[in-house]
Amino acid sequence: MEHPVIELEGLTKRYGRVKAVDDLSLSIGKGEIFGLIGPNGAGKTTTILMMLGLSEPTGGRAMVCGIDATRNPIAVKRKVGYMPDSVGFYDNMTALENLQFIGRLNGIPEQEIIERAHRTMQLVGLSDAMHKKTGAYSRGMKQRLGLADILIREPEVMILDEPTLGIDPSGIQEFLGLVRRLSRQQGLTVLLSSHHLHHMQQICDRVGIFVEGKLLMEGDISSISGKLFGQEPLLVTVTVQEPLSGWPSVETALRELTGVRDVTIGENSIGVTCGSEITPAIVRLMVEMGIGITGVHRKAYGLDDIYARFFENHKKQV
Amino acid sequence: MGNVFAWPLFSTPGRLKEHASPFQVIVRKEVGDFVRSWRFYIMLALILLTFVGALYISLENIRQAVTNVNDPDHAFVYLKLLTATDNTLPAFHVLMSFLGPLLGISLGFDAVNAERNNGTLARLIAQPVFRDNLLLAKFYAALLVVGVLFLTLVLLITGGGMLLTGVRPEGTELLRMLAFVILNIVYVGFWLCLSICLSVIFRHAATSALTAIGIWLFFTVFYQIVVNMVMGALVPDPRGLSEAGVISFNNLFLSLLRVAPSQMYSDAATTLLMPSIRSLGPLTMEQMAGAIPAPLSFRESLMIVWPQVTGLIAATTACFALSYYLFMRKEIRS
Repeated sequence: MEHPVIELEGLTKRYGRVKAVDDLSLSIGKGEIFGLIGPNGAGKTTTILMMLGLSEPTGGRAMVCGIDATRNPIAVKRKVGYMPDSVGFYDNMTALENLQFIGRLNGIPEQEIIERAHRTMQLVGLSDAMHKKTGAYSRGMKQRLGLADILIREPEVMILDEPTLGIDPSGIQEFLGLVRRLSRQQGLTVLLSSHHLHHMQQICDRVGIFVEGKLLMEGDISSISGKLFGQEPLLVTVTVQEPLSGWPSVETALRELTGVRDVTIGENSIGVTCGSEITPAIVRLMVEMGIGITGVHRKAYGLDDIYARFFENHKKQV
Repeated sequence: MGNVFAWPLFSTPGRLKEHASPFQVIVRKEVGDFVRSWRFYIMLALILLTFVGALYISLENIRQAVTNVNDPDHAFVYLKLLTATDNTLPAFHVLMSFLGPLLGISLGFDAVNAERNNGTLARLIAQPVFRDNLLLAKFYAALLVVGVLFLTLVLLITGGGMLLTGVRPEGTELLRMLAFVILNIVYVGFWLCLSICLSVIFRHAATSALTAIGIWLFFTVFYQIVVNMVMGALVPDPRGLSEAGVISFNNLFLSLLRVAPSQMYSDAATTLLMPSIRSLGPLTMEQMAGAIPAPLSFRESLMIVWPQVTGLIAATTACFALSYYLFMRKEIRS
């Protein structure tokens, strides 16, 4: 990356003896959608706060748009739109008034504010509810209003903290689609944080897996799963109708297949661990031997396994 | 009209400066919020009731008070309107010493924590706004509302007095009443600052409101009792003391009482509104000898209340500095 929009160098935040963020280095290029994925309490929000200059790092630097966020937070905040994880609005004001207030705070000329507010409300699909008090807004609507609240400022970078929290599945689809479209149309750099890998997979160009203040891995999801499980064997489990004691030769036959590493025989099932994809060969062999197969299950490693590997193992340690 | 927010307080939206500073924008919003909030209506109703009640009583007694030649202050019709009473209802400034704190607390107790709980604070400080602007704007907006309220009341008295009595207010009376307005603003400002400070410290609005009311109750009810008890234990039998000893203990007692903001306020208010008061402490016979009971000039009264006013301003500043310190260091996350 020539000129990264967000660049973190050895960013560290300590609360007492606890390291919330530990020596984090990361760079995000222009127009990229980056997902920061990690379990609750991994230090995602702390990292974001440091990028906005809202929290002082214990060590390291956070540069956003080439500006040091700790030294010059106001200049950074002019370029970055931030949506906190439970975004709130002044309930006694209408959505439009809320937007106008933000517009004024950002020094947008009065004549332009109304026009921009209308435009952004249309963009996020809330033009019908513009004059409704935000107190009557649903969670999903508030989230979209939060997006409008960022867009009215025409930022260069959007930082969304847990934007999918508490919205229903179809709402999430819609919201993430909207973010992606906006990012592509306006060349916005987007940083999202979430603990939902599935949501992030739909939208992010790149993700970083963040656990206990450390960035364990970064890249797009397929390359991450490749890196993680590329060397890992596949497990094919075949269930059969009659007890396998009738075919004593099956184990040796299977072991002769190329790529097979281990075979475990049970009463009515057989488990084959293999280094490459040889499921058809296993099935063909067993059919030729006259074994009645009732089911074949092939276990590959996907998102859930990435998740389990990083997050759930971690919980056990804690 | 859909655009309620552009409520023209100082200027119409069209005439608003091209780039109002964030401070001005927040003040405008806060003033708008206050003026349309229920708690303000309730406080306004209470203060108006007090005001009308006090004025009614003083109007009943004004003829008597103004014709009482033994009272050196009898010529100050407008000050008498504020202070004359037949003891059925305390005078306006005495009632204000109770209501002022309540007004200050009601305007400030949820200044910061309500925003934090609603998730608006995190959004607000992510805007290109200095954090201290936010706190200052909240304080300033509330004081602005309070100032306008008190100024209106005093102008109402003056106008009403002119219509009812036909007497022209004197310059010194007007000055004294304006000083009284400023004193009220400072007094309410102290409680406002205290409650804003508590709203920074406590996460729940109810906790900060209750704590503020607790502090207020302590100073209005219990503080005098505590001071009395302490002095009772400290002071030896007065019969065995010299005159100077009695006076010094008395002064100590008064100084201790004056730690309470309400005491400072009532001292200052009485001195400002009753020009013949020449000292707030005990006077010896030597000091009194040869003194003709006559009203003091405005400047002299001001000199007497200066320590009280300074004390109130100092307490306000200390509270504000504390809330500033706490707020600037606070990490805002929802």
